[in-house]
Amino acid sequence: MIFTLAFRNLFHDRIRLAVTLIGILFSIVLVAVQLGLYFGASRMITANIDRAKGDLWITAFGAKSYEDGGMLLTQRERHQALATPGVDRVIPLVVSFAEWRKPGGGSSRVVVVGADAEDGGLEPWNLVSGTWENVKAPEGIAIDQSYFGELGIDGLGATAQIGQGRVRVRALTNGIRSFTQSPYAFMPLSRARSLLGADSERATFYLVQLAPGADAGAVRQALLQRLESAEVLTKAEFRDRSLKQWLFRTGAGIALIGGALLGILVGTVIVAQTLYSSTKDHLNEFATLRALGSSSSYIHKVILTQAGLSAVIGYMLGMAIAILIVAASQGSALPIVMTPQLAFGLFALTLSMCAISALSAIVKVTKIDPATVFSR
Amino acid sequence: MTSTPVLIARNIVKELGEGAAKIVALKGVDITLVPGELTLLMGPSGSGKTTLLSILGCILSPTSGTIEVAGTSTTGLGPEELAELRRRHLGFIFQSYNLFPTLSALENVRIALDVRGDSGYPAAARAEEVLREVGLANRMRNYPGNLSGGEQQRVAVARAIATSPSIVLADEPTAALDSENGHAVMALLSRIAREQNRSVLAVTHDPRTLGYADRVIKIEDGLIVGEDRRPQGLDAPEITDLTKRRKAHA
Ligand SMILES: Nc1ncnc2c1ncn2[C@@H]1O[C@H](COP(=O)(O)OP(=O)(O)O)[C@@H](O)[C@H]1O
Ligand SMILES: [Mg+2]
Repeated sequence: MIFTLAFRNLFHDRIRLAVTLIGILFSIVLVAVQLGLYFGASRMITANIDRAKGDLWITAFGAKSYEDGGMLLTQRERHQALATPGVDRVIPLVVSFAEWRKPGGGSSRVVVVGADAEDGGLEPWNLVSGTWENVKAPEGIAIDQSYFGELGIDGLGATAQIGQGRVRVRALTNGIRSFTQSPYAFMPLSRARSLLGADSERATFYLVQLAPGADAGAVRQALLQRLESAEVLTKAEFRDRSLKQWLFRTGAGIALIGGALLGILVGTVIVAQTLYSSTKDHLNEFATLRALGSSSSYIHKVILTQAGLSAVIGYMLGMAIAILIVAASQGSALPIVMTPQLAFGLFALTLSMCAISALSAIVKVTKIDPATVFSR
Repeated sequence: MTSTPVLIARNIVKELGEGAAKIVALKGVDITLVPGELTLLMGPSGSGKTTLLSILGCILSPTSGTIEVAGTSTTGLGPEELAELRRRHLGFIFQSYNLFPTLSALENVRIALDVRGDSGYPAAARAEEVLREVGLANRMRNYPGNLSGGEQQRVAVARAIATSPSIVLADEPTAALDSENGHAVMALLSRIAREQNRSVLAVTHDPRTLGYADRVIKIEDGLIVGEDRRPQGLDAPEITDLTKRRKAHA
């Protein structure tokens, strides 16, 4: 009967129900989009780091992110690292912003990523045309097929200029988007160095692969002892540092999380308001229930069930719309990510939002004097 | 009269309002209710009838005095314990029915059972049984909005007796009803008292109800001023009246 009464109370006033559901729906869509954008951005920012096969990253001091590593590491650091017990391989990586001159005139920026696939550290993934062998051919680079417009090219085989020299698009990837809006241009290590005008000693990062059985913490300590002018980070630390740089120093992440919090706040206020006014309308019935001897927890359950029902219906409507928006965003500069975990998290969030909203109604109903039943 | 009392109230005093507006609504009332009787509480408006009923029903606490319901003293009980006492031993009937407008007649009765933890098929069967008892076998699926005043009050009676309470308290149960429905409800209350051996106390100032009473208590200005008892074995004339009228209708 608790469910029946909650259900009837909820559907009794259709306009109020509509307002409640719109409140929840609005809240869910806003939170889903903001968090989806946040996770989408995070995924973009860390994609290269996640793909790279290295247990530890050696970076120049103060490297703020994957894109801001500089070109400061030399062969000296490489040899010191290789001589450290527990280190199996040390793979150089060159990463840097560079100017891209469009074939038809004008320029934009790219992120040059130089690494030799043969080293087993990093190579372009999700290749949809061309192979690494093609990229190794003269002037070869791989870029993502979603950036033709920004780069002013029309597809495979197009030529352009990066820094000092000519490049030719010989392979295409799918879905390697860049948070900085400067596309990644993958190429062999030596080509990256020469395009950027760096001497053949230099590297941005060294990816350290450990010997089997080596302890990452111990190796890290040993590396830190030997390398005076470099930092040694775990993969997780480097991810966090890049996220911090792009999401928080730039304020983008704060805006996204702030938007999500705003969504939660607005949703909670709307649901609390409608639930409270519904409870007020049904106060006589709750007083009657109390007079008939119901425990106060019975009455609280009716209100919480009303809140829970609103949550479930509102969630389903909100998710339907959120999923449409997520689908529509997939080709865009910043695709929204929706995962089962996020969907579940949103459901839990909706339920708790509605439960918190029920508090004011519960407080109201707790103050009923059952003696009012006779004076009507 | 050797029945064990189901409700004993002693020296009930109730002050209402605060400060200058404070009044003493009950000034030391003693009442004892026994099973099998329909008792009427009569008195002018403002004499304290509703206040007394609320106190006897454990809905309002007396300023002083003691109440014992089915052997349990209410002194010192908290709101949840009083609620438990109500759902176990008391049934209520209100002047304005107080039905749930969003629930059908059957559901209105079921919720009184549900509040006690009686649910599922046995509760539904019990609700149907009492609705049949009050003559609403064909109206169970109707919502209060589609029932006449008399029918709504009969749903309320069914709700009050569904839990088999030993005491049924009714505040002006016929005040909102026309004469015929008023008589029908009084006949029902009288039957509940006599045939089901419950103690029924009905507040009224409607003289038409007098004939149904086994006992009449008169209250004035917060004090009990008199009590009449019908001689045993005598049937109320109005009941006979009503039966005749019913037959004439058929
Ligand atoms: N909540 C209240 N606060 C103050 N005075 C009240 C309150 N309820 C009732 N009264 C007063 O108490 C007296 C008895 O009221 P009540 O029991 O409702 O009388 P009855 O039911 O016999 O008409 C009346 O004078 C009424 O005005
Ligand atoms: Mg009254």
